Amino acid sequence: MMERLLTVTGPDLGRHLTRHGELPLRGPARPGSLGPLADEIAAAGLRGRGGGWFPTARKLAAVAAAAGSRPPVVVVNAMEGEPLSAKDARLLTVAPHLVLDGAALAAETIGADRVILAVPVGGLGPMLRGVVTERARRGIDPVSVEVVEGPDRFLSGQESALVRWIGGGPAIPTAKRPFEQGVGGRATLGSNAETFAHLALIARHGASWFRSVGTAEAPGTMLVSVSDPDIRVLEVPVGTPVGAVTGPAPAILLGGYGGAWLPGDQARELPLAPEPLQAAGATLGAGIVSALPYGACGLRRTAAIAGWMAGQGARQCGPCLFGLPAVAGDLALLADGRATRTDVDRLCARTGLLPGRGGCAHPDGVARLVGGALRVFGDEVEAHLHGHCVETLTYRRAS
Amino acid sequence: MELRIDRIACDGAGLCAEILPELVTLDEWGYPIIEDARVGPGRRANARRAVTLCPRLALRLADSRQRTSAEGGAAPSGSRAA
Repeated sequence: MMERLLTVTGPDLGRHLTRHGELPLRGPARPGSLGPLADEIAAAGLRGRGGGWFPTARKLAAVAAAAGSRPPVVVVNAMEGEPLSAKDARLLTVAPHLVLDGAALAAETIGADRVILAVPVGGLGPMLRGVVTERARRGIDPVSVEVVEGPDRFLSGQESALVRWIGGGPAIPTAKRPFEQGVGGRATLGSNAETFAHLALIARHGASWFRSVGTAEAPGTMLVSVSDPDIRVLEVPVGTPVGAVTGPAPAILLGGYGGAWLPGDQARELPLAPEPLQAAGATLGAGIVSALPYGACGLRRTAAIAGWMAGQGARQCGPCLFGLPAVAGDLALLADGRATRTDVDRLCARTGLLPGRGGCAHPDGVARLVGGALRVFGDEVEAHLHGHCVETLTYRRAS
Repeated sequence: MELRIDRIACDGAGLCAEILPELVTLDEWGYPIIEDARVGPGRRANARRAVTLCPRLALRLADSRQRTSAEGGAAPSGSRAA
């Protein structure tokens, strides 16, 4: 375990300044170009911690290039709609100033004049407003900063959905690309809260310090939400084996509700890094590791998640309106021991038609989850077809 | 050239599959499935007709290099921020 981000300073500005020092502003960027911190971020190899792991320097450049004559906007995304993730709330609780420092530095780098910090309603909003007010009183931030509280739904944190909601629309994805046409039609840098916290430390300690831990492809530390079954948030170097954060389990879900199950022994050998997990058929996502308890049925657990995910869709495209409920329904049938082999074949076919056909990546995530479950829990599928479930220990004849 | 679908605009009318059966098939709810989006020179006239006739204006012919997120391409963004 390693503490770069999770050192507790809390909302107190004095404690933050004692621990991390002054905000290292470098002077505003010239219009249409990037500020000097951009090179340091590129050298550090910082990648977005919201699940996409997209190179932050490239995103900064894309926003600055798309900005034109109107200053861009920075959106700090801490919506954390994924039920198995707790890292953003934890980070904003223990180190809110670090996140806001990163947002101010990013704003300076791309020439933005406005920072919006988005959190789910009913959570940290009031505390964060106090933090923002105190920073304004002390003249810390060179740009305006506001806290908004969005709907607590799975898709609310999807970048285009969040930008649309901030602009007064519904919190569902659009075809518009935020980096070109974001908040108020302006070019918008939307990144995860943790990404900004790393950025604030890179600005203070430099690229080689940042790269001194982690992997060559994904340097630095990362926050991990581990549920086995209670959720804990840990900070570890990227590349730390899954087995170092969670114990033996029959299966482990990596990447959360849009991630994938792997057999426990295989998962525990793998490094927590985006490319290796992708190669293994899973995903690192926002750093989610969830262990299936011994004696629990992976199919039942997956059916419950798929059902929830079907209800969390934006209902804008065919796969979301029809595909997800159908897949969730088929899987529920199987989990209940009421499916025939024909139903399972239909489930596989329907799952295979979800990826790449949605208005956003929500159906792709469900396809990865369900497709992976059918492979990893293959023995369970056979048992369920014969009316047997490891968890409920009931025997039923499939009709 | 490639055939692109705005998945949010599409409501499964299915005209594209009637006009371009060799390119577009439909799933069980009538929404398009495109295995290979490339449109060869011989099919461009029909593809343009499909683009014009789509009642939701959800179809377009595009240069193979450009993509937008709603069409399944990679925008420079983390997908969701969960």
